[in-house]
Amino acid sequence: MIRRSLGQTSRRDVWWVWPVLVFLGLSTFIVYSTWAAFQGRDYHFGPYLSPFYSPELWGDSPHSWFGPKPGWWPAWAPFSPALLILWAPGGFRLTCYYYRGAYYKAFWADPPSCAVGEPRKSYWGESSLPLILQNVHRYFFYLAAIFLVLLAHDVWKAMWFTDPGSGKAHFGIGVGTIVLAVNVCLLGSYSLGCHSLRHLIGGSRDQLSKAPLCAKAYQCVGCFNRRHMMWAWFSLFSVGFADLYVRLCSKGIWHDWRIF
Amino acid sequence: MVQQQATFSIWRGDSAGGKTVDYTAEVSEGMVVLDAVHQIQATQANDLACRWNCKAGKCGSCSAEINGMPRLMCMTRLNDLDLTQPVTVEPMRAFPPVRDLVTDVSWNFRVKKKIKKFKPRKPDNPDGSWHMLQGDIDRVQEFRKCIECFLCQDVCHVLREHQMYEEFIGPRYFVYTAALEMHPLDTEDRLPELKQSQGAGLCNITKCCTKVCPENIHITDNAIIPLKERIVDRYYDPLKKLFRMFRPKSEG
Repeated sequence: MIRRSLGQTSRRDVWWVWPVLVFLGLSTFIVYSTWAAFQGRDYHFGPYLSPFYSPELWGDSPHSWFGPKPGWWPAWAPFSPALLILWAPGGFRLTCYYYRGAYYKAFWADPPSCAVGEPRKSYWGESSLPLILQNVHRYFFYLAAIFLVLLAHDVWKAMWFTDPGSGKAHFGIGVGTIVLAVNVCLLGSYSLGCHSLRHLIGGSRDQLSKAPLCAKAYQCVGCFNRRHMMWAWFSLFSVGFADLYVRLCSKGIWHDWRIF
Repeated sequence: MVQQQATFSIWRGDSAGGKTVDYTAEVSEGMVVLDAVHQIQATQANDLACRWNCKAGKCGSCSAEINGMPRLMCMTRLNDLDLTQPVTVEPMRAFPPVRDLVTDVSWNFRVKKKIKKFKPRKPDNPDGSWHMLQGDIDRVQEFRKCIECFLCQDVCHVLREHQMYEEFIGPRYFVYTAALEMHPLDTEDRLPELKQSQGAGLCNITKCCTKVCPENIHITDNAIIPLKERIVDRYYDPLKKLFRMFRPKSEG
């Protein structure tokens, strides 16, 4: 059989549109999130904390857990609280089964699309280094689950606004609170539809009837899993937008409306 | 659809080579690609070879590549295609051509023989029968819908582009293995072969197999990824290994 070259196909449809959109969507997010992570400022506003910077282990904002930049941090290295933590949710998405399939096509043309010619003869798949490391996905899920709890706690904190006069905190809801809350819901819908979670929670069993709780949990995870691609994109957009919202409020470009 | 003429570019040839030949056919409402191929066979090219049987999308015989995408000829309606351009009908690319639209799919049957057979646990009752709950068998029943059309094998780039026939069994046989491996009565262990000689790690989750499946089996999400996760359990997850030390006997 004669090997087809890159992009060679008998397909008539616009097969290249989806890989191009994936390439543009993921590239935009990677560029923006990297830029935002290196800024190290404008990541909090009032009770709001950007999800790119949560949890803020060390930093200058009131949200910091352990105080300002640690003394052991090398002087030559740029410091930003986001750099300490973003590897975890980033790793979760990088090793996600949906994103894997999407970026193999869009960034590596392996294949560019179904039934379309590829640029390379050689192929190792995920059975040898480096892609065999994708099997670490479930561990990134464990970390992502912790982040979900922390981000949900951030939403709770985003409901308490400090009165500048009295210094007392009052319950309230701002547009930023809703932005952060929607973000957590979308991140939850994405994370809780994880294929690894579906396996761990019940998929590994051949007789789910012997564990009714696992069976119920398996069904619930399956509900999210069926729309995993949709949640992956919605949550990617929402987490980027949540950072942008807090950043623009912090810079004074956007005004955060208090609903009550 | 008003009766009209359409051009079909059909691949003609054999294992030595071939080329597409244009035929014009009368098309009318309700026709599928297989109807057009039969009309061409009856009126213009009596020696045109094509494999078909049920014409109802259940026998899996008439697999071909229509306008470049693997599809069943009998389930591809002409009113879903752009008839202003020639419709290309080619044999499945992943398998050696025998003649015209017929390919040699015997490799698939040889692969199937290598997969460990169903091995049920001891019967639950003295009469040799077992107890099973529908809830436990639901997952496996999806896989039993497979009609072995081999469109998933054809579209999979590991076979189609990289010809890794010795190292990789393909989506169809991951579905077959998953149906056995997840069966509530089965006690056989197929994970070592899946990891080593059957190449589960070679799948890079493009989901093309799922996209072309005429039975809408969620091949990637429900068969391949769960098998990959079982391999992770066994070979790559240190916590699971630790856990097994305390619970050596697994369920099932």
